[in-house]
Amino acid sequence: MSESGNIPVSATPVGAQTGAAAEFPPESPAQRGLFGAQGTGDTSGFGGLVRRRPTVADAQRPFGGYFDEVYDALSEAYPEFDDAIEHVVVDRGELTLHVKPERIAEVCRTMRDDDALRFELCSSVSGVDYLASDPRRLHVVYQLTSMTYRRQVRLEAAVTAEDPRLPSVTSIYPTADWQEREAYDMFGVVFEGHPALTRILMPDDWEGYPQRKDYPLGGVPVEYKGAEIPPPDQRRSYQ
Amino acid sequence: MSTDSYASSRETTEGRVFTVTGGDWMDVLSSGGEDPIHDERIVVNLGPQHPSTHGVLRLILELEGETVIEARAVIGYLHTGIEKNIEFRNWVQGSTFVTRMDYLAPIFNETAYALAVEKLLGITDQITPRANTIRVLMMELNRISSHLVWLGTTGLELGAISMMLYGFREREYILDIFEMTSGLRMNMAYVRPGGLAQDIPAEAVAKIREFLNYFPKKLKEYEDLLSGQLIWHERTKGVAVLDVTGCLSLGVTGPVLRSAGLGWDLRKQMPYCGYEDYEFEVPTATSGDVWGRYAVRLAEMRESLKIVEQALDRLEPGPVMIEDRKIAWPAQLAIGVDGMGNSLEHVAKIMGQSMESLIHHFKLVTEGFRVPPGQVYVAIESPRGELGVHAVSDGGTRPYRVHYRDPSFVNLQALPAMAEGAILADVIAGGASLDPVMGGVDR
Repeated sequence: MSESGNIPVSATPVGAQTGAAAEFPPESPAQRGLFGAQGTGDTSGFGGLVRRRPTVADAQRPFGGYFDEVYDALSEAYPEFDDAIEHVVVDRGELTLHVKPERIAEVCRTMRDDDALRFELCSSVSGVDYLASDPRRLHVVYQLTSMTYRRQVRLEAAVTAEDPRLPSVTSIYPTADWQEREAYDMFGVVFEGHPALTRILMPDDWEGYPQRKDYPLGGVPVEYKGAEIPPPDQRRSYQ
Repeated sequence: MSTDSYASSRETTEGRVFTVTGGDWMDVLSSGGEDPIHDERIVVNLGPQHPSTHGVLRLILELEGETVIEARAVIGYLHTGIEKNIEFRNWVQGSTFVTRMDYLAPIFNETAYALAVEKLLGITDQITPRANTIRVLMMELNRISSHLVWLGTTGLELGAISMMLYGFREREYILDIFEMTSGLRMNMAYVRPGGLAQDIPAEAVAKIREFLNYFPKKLKEYEDLLSGQLIWHERTKGVAVLDVTGCLSLGVTGPVLRSAGLGWDLRKQMPYCGYEDYEFEVPTATSGDVWGRYAVRLAEMRESLKIVEQALDRLEPGPVMIEDRKIAWPAQLAIGVDGMGNSLEHVAKIMGQSMESLIHHFKLVTEGFRVPPGQVYVAIESPRGELGVHAVSDGGTRPYRVHYRDPSFVNLQALPAMAEGAILADVIAGGASLDPVMGGVDR
């Protein structure tokens, strides 16, 4: 249990070594209350506010634009397509294919090599930690760009924190080298087959994965005009 | 008894006594097994503190004579956790953090972030034409200033020391324009989700027109200084070559990719902010060496001047923030007695005239606007390549995750590919031609 702040911490967060204790950010989107404050003199009435958690809805065919072509080309070119794709999301003019983590390297290879797909450039590999809303909390998001067809597609693979392993795509897109190292450094996702998976931004012997949601931001309280202002991750604020 | 060459010790009646000597390098090495006279291979640390490594970049080079056998780049010395910090701030406050990543191209960082937030909000087509025009104007001016820094620092590193001063002198002109427009020379936090922080004053427009007259002559001078010079040719032609396949597989975009022959420019291929309406060329070269990148960047500065002129001609009076008052923040700003703040007209309006304005002001200042949940990837063409923002929203007032695909970070992976097999001087030239900015690399 943490002494500071009024959000109870049920387990010692991994990586929280020094400074203020880590506090779980409010479980968003289905969070209770508007300020995350509990048991204080909060008489605003917002303490009982419960926001409904939006679900990831599978998109329905036809997706629109070039998404159908990409979907069909991939299902033709990759034999285990139905097994590998978990769901398809079309949102804000972008196509996201949720792929099973073990298949991600094969899917990427097909995306790069097939003539109807030709996604030559892997624009970005980034990690996201969906701590409270997904049991497989660590997502790795691959943004692929096809220069031939001027298209962009997103592939997303989700792994748990207990077994955060995923095949590396560096043999297919060498540009993913440092980007996967960054995802490892910041989130703890282990990319199997990566030539040199070491920490890149943090010092080499750092413990903990800083951009996970249960890792503290760090910072010390500051005294300003007589009041003590806590560090940003412990301030009471709107969620 | 310790056998440390520098501080041998022995036990005495008073305790342990260390004898510290200045080391004889020969003894130090021979105790380690290397023979410095006959061994050709040495490991050199081009440490994070170095005038030629473009910021805090550490290069560990294994040299055999003058040839680089292995080059490893170590980064992370400028990591300040900007992406994690944003998760604890408002969507609008994110602009002030994000602007400090790639510090030579702050407008690009801000614009990419604003475009991503606007895409998440679904208001991309509600951005006013004046806001889009000024965004393009500021981006192209920033491109020129970034390329001037590149020209200056590359010249300095290759020995043309006066080029440094010339490049920075011209950049001061542009920084003055930025100061007139936004109040700050760098890291302006000028582009906000929804539009701009404030409108561009008439004096700034006049100054930009002056700049358009003044700069082409100067650019010609600097081109004459370098382009015809034999030393420059010897240092840049055929140096640090990376062909198109290499570039694409390593994810290198921007002037480096264009110098290899592929004319991939997001302003043309996947336009944003109204770039499809401007007339400009995308310069390319075919040599894929430092010389090609130099030629491409010089030509890009000229194209940017064209775009700036077209943008100035296109400026029509109008608002620079969207209509939707639930998102439009900051409010009308003005310089007051104690600095910049809400203009008195705006204060009068919210305090005396309009209840809705008061409510909007209050909610925007305290809570900020909420962005519907989802994720988005927006990429723009920054001076160094493709600057991408992957923004995830959980429906709240704070960004859930904002990741920057910074072009310097991805381009720097290509340094070993350029450096290995070349001589040490070419490592510097190649690294300079990649134009890495460590703020973007480390974030």
